[in-house]
Amino acid sequence: MSITLFIIVSFIKIALILFVLLTAVAYTVWLERKVVGRMQNRWGPTRVGPFGLLQPAANGVKFLFKEDLTPPHVYKPLYIAAPMIAVIFAVTSIAVIPFGNSVTIAGYDIPLQITDVNIGLLVVLGITSLGVYGVALSGWSSNSKYSLLGGLRASAQMVSYEIALGLSLVGVLILAGTFSLRGIVDAQAGHFWGFIPNWFIFRGGQIVAFFIYLTAAYAETNRIPFDLPEAETELVAGYHTEYSAMKFAMFFMAEYANMITVACIASLLFLGGWRGPVFGPDWLQAILPVFWFSLRVFVFLFVYIWVRGTLPRFRYDQLMAFGWKFLLPLAIANLVVTALIVAVT
Amino acid sequence: MVPLSYYLVLSGILFACGVTGFLIKRNIISIFMSIELMLNGVNLSFVAFAAHWQQLSGQVFVFFVMVVAAAEAAVGLAIIIAVFRTRETLNIDQVNLLKL
Amino acid sequence: MLHLILFSVFGLVCVAGAVNLLLQRHPINSALSLVVVMGALAVEYLLLGAEFVAAVQVIVYAGAIMVLFVFVIMLLNAGEEEHTHGSRVAWLLGLPGMLAVTVLICWGLIQDQTSSVRIGELPGHPADIAQLLFHQFLLPFEVTSILVLIAIMGAVVLAARPESVRETKREH
Repeated sequence: MSITLFIIVSFIKIALILFVLLTAVAYTVWLERKVVGRMQNRWGPTRVGPFGLLQPAANGVKFLFKEDLTPPHVYKPLYIAAPMIAVIFAVTSIAVIPFGNSVTIAGYDIPLQITDVNIGLLVVLGITSLGVYGVALSGWSSNSKYSLLGGLRASAQMVSYEIALGLSLVGVLILAGTFSLRGIVDAQAGHFWGFIPNWFIFRGGQIVAFFIYLTAAYAETNRIPFDLPEAETELVAGYHTEYSAMKFAMFFMAEYANMITVACIASLLFLGGWRGPVFGPDWLQAILPVFWFSLRVFVFLFVYIWVRGTLPRFRYDQLMAFGWKFLLPLAIANLVVTALIVAVT
Repeated sequence: MVPLSYYLVLSGILFACGVTGFLIKRNIISIFMSIELMLNGVNLSFVAFAAHWQQLSGQVFVFFVMVVAAAEAAVGLAIIIAVFRTRETLNIDQVNLLKL
Repeated sequence: MLHLILFSVFGLVCVAGAVNLLLQRHPINSALSLVVVMGALAVEYLLLGAEFVAAVQVIVYAGAIMVLFVFVIMLLNAGEEEHTHGSRVAWLLGLPGMLAVTVLICWGLIQDQTSSVRIGELPGHPADIAQLLFHQFLLPFEVTSILVLIAIMGAVVLAARPESVRETKREH
């Protein structure tokens, strides 16, 4: 493949994936409103389009045309930069995530991924760990006590839970022996005992790691039951209290894009990525892995919403104690056990 | 292809900026950040020499420097918080109780 | 050629960030310019083939250490730097001396154009680094782990309020 063609293909992939991601973000918001509505015996959005399906578009238009208010006491450069930082890092981390094996178009083998790097998982962890700046800086630059408290809580919480999150993934890395996300999925091919898929969640006690990851990820994305940074009953809206219109929408997009990234990583690392029954004609065989992958991501997003509809919020000291005194030791124990299992077998 | 010396010069400039910050800054946190900048400058020369000598141990050293920097940041920031709690200032010139 | 262009661009970003760190009077601006320096340095590491070090640089330095700095700046509500003159010796002797030494060293280094590095000549794969780290450097590795443990305990001891202060606070 020539360099020009490579660049063109890359640009098409980037545009396509960005479009799909942003649409998915918009419709996750719709899904959340709908599902939480049903759980609370309400209808959720119904007015715009059938089943309220056009609600995301209406929201987008509303955000664009709302007055963009800048409070007088903010520190302007950072106040404007913070939502951009949040959304940029949230969206960038999708770049190394593979959605399927590869498709052959006009004789060229095109992997379904913007770029495959050896250290894919580390890239995702690094970029998402930078996302905390958006939250912390918005809290600080708003010059409001609610925002500052929200920002402080968020940065402390995200730094604390990142450790448990990172350690929970090490078990999988030991089993897979690579940082490449594609390599990790390839390591989960096949079955054992004839019928159980060879996913990491079923192997070497990784189900513990899976739950540690899920819990820590909820804290990382500031979702209920760990949404202390934006606890509306105590902090108005936390770090984005002073934001309106498109800047507020950017924080919203960042949160949901992070949720999708977390769901992608969980499916790739623990649930075998795009593995699933593949059959039918050629075009169906090319599409089906992407479908299986999307299905897993959808299930994760649904669980996110389900948890939101079910659990109450933690208290702040409970949150910190849970992270440091329970999740972290558990993650280390899981790591030791996994290492022993690998060393023995 | 880039001459090794360019990397070393870049690392030297970063280190010099760190030293300058250490000398002229009056805020404890800024001074501490200047130290981090110096460590970063040194790290770059480690990696550049690793590439030049084809020895991975240079990169392993960077790893160690980072661990030490992380430990240093934790302790240093705790000290800064303790200083702020007793002196209620971050200006290094006002933390001079032991000075004659 | 591409290597040189990328090196220069990100090298300039590095130097600009470092100079900005010196010029900014507010610590949070300094902290953010330091984050920019670290990000640009990660790219330089990638150019040298040290992919694992680049990733760790972003995760540990930019994602953890600098977040800690920003957190402390926010927590202590550090304001603009005050204009106190500080040590005169530092200004009169330290700065010119440092400048002279830096120029001298850089001038000396730039004389040697023969040895050069190429992209991807020494790929720092995580597996190779781990091999080295857990065999040849096992003892230093364990020693640093003890260092980190001590640092954690030290930070907790230093940052925790003394028991007596807490008691009086509660009585009020």
